[in-house]
Amino acid sequence: MNEHDFESGDEIAWCPGCGDFGILSALKDALVQLGRTPRNVLLVSGIGQAAKLPHYMNCNCFNGLHGRALPVATGAKIANKDLTVIVTTGDGDCYGEGGNHFIHAIRRNCDITVVVHDNQIYGLTKGQASPTTEPGYVTKVQLSGTVLEPLHPLETAIALGCGFVARGFSGDMHHLAGLMAAGVRHKGFALIDVLQPCVSFNHKNTFAWYRERVYRIEEDTEYDPADKTYAYRMAAEWSDKIPVGIIYRAARPTYEEKTGIDGMPPLNQHEIDTIDIETIVTEYA
Amino acid sequence: MEITVRIAGEAGQGIQSIGRIICRAIKRHGWNLFADQDYMSRIRGGNNSFRIRISDTPCLAPREKTDILIALNRESVAIHEGTVRKKGLIVADEATDDVTATTLRYFNVPIGALAKASGGKSLYENSVVCGVITGLLHLDPDAVVNVLKDMFGKKGEETGDKNITAFREGNRYTRDNYFSDAFHLGRRQYGDGIVINGNEAVALGAVHAGCKFYSAYPMSPSTGIMASIARFAKRFGIVVEQAEDEIAAINMVIGASYAGVRAMTGTSGGGFALMGEGVSLAAMTETPLVVVDVQRPAPATGFPTRTEQADLDLLIHAGHGEFARVIYAPGTAEEAFSLTVKAFDIAEKYQIPVFIMSDQHLADSYRNVTLPDVGALSRQRHVIPTNGQSVHPYKRYALTGSGISPRAVPSWIDDVIYADSDEHTEEGHITEDARIRTLMVQKRFTMRMNLLSKEMTPPSASSLSRTEIVLVGFGSTCGVMQEACGSVSGMNVGYIHLPQVWPFPAEEVRTLLEDAPEAKIVSFENNAAGQLARLLRRETGIACCDSILKYDGRPFTVDEVVATVKERYSSL
Repeated sequence: MNEHDFESGDEIAWCPGCGDFGILSALKDALVQLGRTPRNVLLVSGIGQAAKLPHYMNCNCFNGLHGRALPVATGAKIANKDLTVIVTTGDGDCYGEGGNHFIHAIRRNCDITVVVHDNQIYGLTKGQASPTTEPGYVTKVQLSGTVLEPLHPLETAIALGCGFVARGFSGDMHHLAGLMAAGVRHKGFALIDVLQPCVSFNHKNTFAWYRERVYRIEEDTEYDPADKTYAYRMAAEWSDKIPVGIIYRAARPTYEEKTGIDGMPPLNQHEIDTIDIETIVTEYA
Repeated sequence: MEITVRIAGEAGQGIQSIGRIICRAIKRHGWNLFADQDYMSRIRGGNNSFRIRISDTPCLAPREKTDILIALNRESVAIHEGTVRKKGLIVADEATDDVTATTLRYFNVPIGALAKASGGKSLYENSVVCGVITGLLHLDPDAVVNVLKDMFGKKGEETGDKNITAFREGNRYTRDNYFSDAFHLGRRQYGDGIVINGNEAVALGAVHAGCKFYSAYPMSPSTGIMASIARFAKRFGIVVEQAEDEIAAINMVIGASYAGVRAMTGTSGGGFALMGEGVSLAAMTETPLVVVDVQRPAPATGFPTRTEQADLDLLIHAGHGEFARVIYAPGTAEEAFSLTVKAFDIAEKYQIPVFIMSDQHLADSYRNVTLPDVGALSRQRHVIPTNGQSVHPYKRYALTGSGISPRAVPSWIDDVIYADSDEHTEEGHITEDARIRTLMVQKRFTMRMNLLSKEMTPPSASSLSRTEIVLVGFGSTCGVMQEACGSVSGMNVGYIHLPQVWPFPAEEVRTLLEDAPEAKIVSFENNAAGQLARLLRRETGIACCDSILKYDGRPFTVDEVVATVKERYSSL
């Protein structure tokens, strides 16, 4: 398998120069690194620019409703534990419309990987504030600047007990591909929040702005992603320096392990025409 | 012969446990029964009751009058005494009630004292009461002990033994102190089967149909379905997941269905309202979906534990946009079972949302039923079957001219499968093409509605020739309609029950009514608008001359319907 095997012929509808292109390349690269085949990969998305990504790949795809990618991915993984399930979502889709699912999907800890295209703005609806927009940022709706405090997805995820919390940068595709591969290999819910400049509507957090600030966590050889307290501080670092890499990692029992799904054939392979309810019917006699 | 026993008391006094034990015991003595529950939305206090109608003929609905009232607190006597027949009996604990002497009408049992003597806990009062009822009805105590063992078996031997002691104390006290033979049932062979309620029937249907994933958010009165499936989940390799909300529940079910399993969700009206967008998603992505709406009175929170049939319009129109759907409205536990099995088949065959419209009355009412022959119910999978089959290039939404695009499961074929909530090409990619749009709408909506007209679950009806009045109903009113029609003296009253309300069985209803050209058509519904009457007129042009409507949250009783029909129509 190489990158071309994961390419679809569908015409790409993103703006030229969009940060999403880097994420698309990195994801193909990661799947090649992982040795996956298209028919065993499922990409689930909701609505938004990020949610278009599955159409641009040759993989199984479920492009559902705004905010609802996580429950669809959860159901699909439960039905077929052997699928590699990856969610491609955005800051509005995952942290706004789907915020409740984000919280509970982490608690549930199914073995799925969530890649959030975090451009800190609404792209598809043309430039309104998103849950991660920096306070004070002026839009056509937030005329006096964004009033709400931003949601901090990485700190939230760590607090909820997420076993794999990472931040990537779409301008560093090679590094991002490595994070994605590690996220897929992690058994359990893996969150990768990707800094992804919106070239049309976010005039602050540009490629240049990020390139000045982003550094790889691995450069600090002392950093231990198993240290939760340190991980909080690392997740919160948002100044003239912004870390990318695996911020927090911990082994946790997955939903599939705890529910016994791992111990049986995938649910979608169970024969149903041999099911005999006679034994349970007699319990009501 | 017929006896109605009503057990009443506060929430938390174990009324439901007593009721369920007595139902089983009665069935095992060869009697028919119908038991309905009237309970409040609280865990402790208030006044709840469990009413069991016992009969030598099959019974399908509740009656007004009580023969034996078991009052577990003082308030229950005051509330329910008026329903007790002249020759009826009121059983109460002398420690808690005004009445202190046993008379023909009152039988005082020291329930609390007997329970304390048996195990030192008031917890065993339930078992004392079961013993009292067993004594009054002349049931075989050993047979009832077996029911207790079946029900308490899992709670450990000591609890079980103490319950049995308490039961025997209650039974002994009754035999020693109550000498009337008025309520003698004994062993007969009038009825058989199993004792289940509507929620359990849906759960059994789902398990039989091969449902592998059930996801829901707890909501009265639908939660019993989730609890029943959960009870059997391990044995049948089913995953039951309590979702964070109804939106998650329906989307999880859609994800699981897309990935190749049969999956279902259940809720009540409020939860169903939240699921609306998901219904539309299932339709657009052509993903099979089965949803149970166990209705309760609304708007908003309404009456959480009571009954109504006001979601008919909601279900017909749920989800934005136009697409095919099917709505079943089972009238009995037997229909709830078989229509649940059929719902999975139709949902998968036509790749559409299918709704099972139940309500609290059907969901919580117990009857002795014989389930339909399961062998006759199809469980054929409607997917491209072979693992690893070469289907290349695969088009998920292929326009085949039949109205159905062959459905593949991810990883089962060598090509990939795109499903999309946007309007899409045959391959499943986003499109804005006008021609494709038109063809896709026709496939999802008109072509499938035509196909579904050949899958109709027909109405059931009494013989309608020479009827003066025809009652038309759907869902849980089936039983009461059926019984009431046979009980109106001096009038020829018939009924039509619709177990499927969408697509509407217009031709079938017209054909039935041809037998009764002179009859007055009356819709019979647990709602205020007469939603079925409006639907009937819209789909057939047939106008009802009247509607019998009830929307106080309580089910119709046979007596009430008979009285209403006589009062309104006997002079016609």
